[in-house]
Amino acid sequence: MAEPTRIRTKAEEALANHFAALDGDDPIREIRATAFDAFLSKGLPHRRIEDWKYTDLRNLMREAPGPAVPAGIDDARAALAGADVFDGVDRARLVFVNGVFMPSLSDMAGVAGDIEFASLNAFLARGGAVLDRFAGTDPGESPILALNSAFVRDGAILRVKDGAKLSRAVEIANVFAGGKPGLQTMRHQVRIGRGAEATILETFSGPDGVAYQTNAVTEVQVDADARVRWVVAQEEGAEAIHLHMLIPRIADRAVFDPFNFATGARVARAEIRLAFEGEAASAGIRGIAVARGRQHLDATLIVDHALPNCTSKELFKAAIGGEAKGVFQGKIIVRPDAQKTDGQMMSQALLLSDGAEFSNKPELEIFADDVICGHGATCGQIDEDMLFFLRSRGIDKSEAERLLIQAFLAEAIEEIGEEAVVSALEARTRHWLGAEQEVLSA
Amino acid sequence: MLEIKNLHVEVEGKEILRGIDLSVEDGTVHAIMGPNGSGKSTLSYVLAGKEEYEVTAGEVLFNGRNLLEMEPDERAAAGVFLAFQYPIEIPGVGTMTFLRTALNAQRKARGEGELSTPEFMRLVREAAQRLNISSEMLKRPLNVGFSGGEKKRNEILQMALLAPTLCVMDETDSGLDIDALRIVAEGVNALRAPNRSFVVITHYQRLLNHIVPDVVHVMSRGRIVRTGGPELALELEEKGYADYVEEAA
Ligand SMILES: Nc1ncnc2c1ncn2[C@@H]1O[C@H](COP(=O)(O)OP(=O)(O)O)[C@@H](O)[C@H]1O
Ligand SMILES: [Mg+2]
Repeated sequence: MAEPTRIRTKAEEALANHFAALDGDDPIREIRATAFDAFLSKGLPHRRIEDWKYTDLRNLMREAPGPAVPAGIDDARAALAGADVFDGVDRARLVFVNGVFMPSLSDMAGVAGDIEFASLNAFLARGGAVLDRFAGTDPGESPILALNSAFVRDGAILRVKDGAKLSRAVEIANVFAGGKPGLQTMRHQVRIGRGAEATILETFSGPDGVAYQTNAVTEVQVDADARVRWVVAQEEGAEAIHLHMLIPRIADRAVFDPFNFATGARVARAEIRLAFEGEAASAGIRGIAVARGRQHLDATLIVDHALPNCTSKELFKAAIGGEAKGVFQGKIIVRPDAQKTDGQMMSQALLLSDGAEFSNKPELEIFADDVICGHGATCGQIDEDMLFFLRSRGIDKSEAERLLIQAFLAEAIEEIGEEAVVSALEARTRHWLGAEQEVLSA
Repeated sequence: MLEIKNLHVEVEGKEILRGIDLSVEDGTVHAIMGPNGSGKSTLSYVLAGKEEYEVTAGEVLFNGRNLLEMEPDERAAAGVFLAFQYPIEIPGVGTMTFLRTALNAQRKARGEGELSTPEFMRLVREAAQRLNISSEMLKRPLNVGFSGGEKKRNEILQMALLAPTLCVMDETDSGLDIDALRIVAEGVNALRAPNRSFVVITHYQRLLNHIVPDVVHVMSRGRIVRTGGPELALELEEKGYADYVEEAA
């Protein structure tokens, strides 16, 4: 129940109106209503809520546009042409524009025999099994999740078959098109079958001048012995608000390596909530964030070790310029049964200007005794001695700085271990640094 | 080529160089010897343009230009090179990427075109071979995992590629075994030319057996206290620096 005395913010009020205007004839109406009530009872999270201490969404999200209008095919195609981060990577593609699946822009060639796919919308229309899956996540625990369940429009229901070794990567492209602000809400549910091997790319992009919002929740079930690389590239438009949760559950001996690459949006929160639900599984959880101007980029991570013999390695790097703000929150939980857990978390930030800011909150919650866990954090500026060395060889200051920032970020990117993906992200980083020149010397 | 007049330099409020005068003509090799802490590295850093050194008096002219007003990268493009006493490791920056960026940056600053990849590769391979630097070393990040001697050879490789006109070498010989010393000295001697000068900073005379200087200076407590011919190096080898340390004390 909402506290009767709490005054809603303008954005909360707008969300309530948008929710009331949703189509009443909907197979998941009940789920939506429960979720929205859960959201409204607490409202937008703010700095006095521990999890949101450094990302005061109540303050950062003043407006709440209504559900995005579906894009026409020409607009959609034009917007998709700009979503080219992984053009150098051999990949199949599932395309969502303004939160709606676009079959005519999608391409499953080369993997069609190894996967099953349906759009969430088609599932919703039939009611059916998806309802149970939705019920499995409690919207009360996260405002992103609650809003997602309340407003979800479409998503990918994707299954990689047991034992399949995908010959190409699969990209889930999330693109915003058109010049009108809107909210796009996607829920992707992916299951990687037993012993399957896959590289999944999740991309987000949109126009710079439009104050649109993205709310995307991606649930991943990784079955036993599967091996998955999961790379999120967030290159939203400069005015966008981007809220994303990646929720992987990992079975016995599976390997799941997510990477979060974030350069876009005015405000972004990328949450990874990863749970080991089997033994002897491992996850290499890494990411980079580069921000400038007045961007606010938050990477939040919860790694839940519930069973023995699992390994998680976390490495997050941020390069923050201008007046931008970076946030890293990383929590490793080791439950009483999770003996022989190996968890190592590292966060490193490079501040590129006097106005840049970085908040770092590593946490270990350990309830088992036979574990190796640790965390480290650094936050500093470009090394003056390295800079001088490069300059003494004739490399000018901004180029030398670029080389050093690139080197700093590359250390994380290279861990992805798949050359085409690595070079795509390195090229993107170089591109970003090229545009960053004036901020660096400020 | 290089004209240093009455140079005074402070670090953190402490005067390190206390009136250096030094004149290096085209095509000559000057050796600077002196006890530890006498200010040799400070002089080399000031020539290369390191920020934390504050010049409180004097001037430095490089081919008639005021060197002290130039940025470190401008000095490099103009032909100044410092082989560092302690070459720095730069993780994540590939040695080849670094060499190429440096070479092209200098070419660009001088209004020359960039080198093509095959031209660049050929230049590096030839220079590396002469210095006994393996292609495996070139694949690593700059100086990462290099031994002390490898780092020093890598400095000379950069010097050979960038072809400066003023080479300042700060204790390039320290940490080198006798074979490596010979290789480095041969590399340096191959670069000797009528329009190229060297300032060779060393603590020991043995490097000067291989790179024979025209002039030898002794530095003590931030000043050049004696100047002579190659025989001065031999004298120092015999007597050590005790005289100079005491004289200055
Ligand atoms: N960056 C610095 N900060 C403080 N003191 C310095 C610095 N660089 C040099 N010095 C001091 O200046 C003096 C000369 O050092 P240096 O030039 O390295 O001598 P050398 O190379 O002849 O051994 C020493 O007393 C040293 O401690
Ligand atoms: Mg020294």
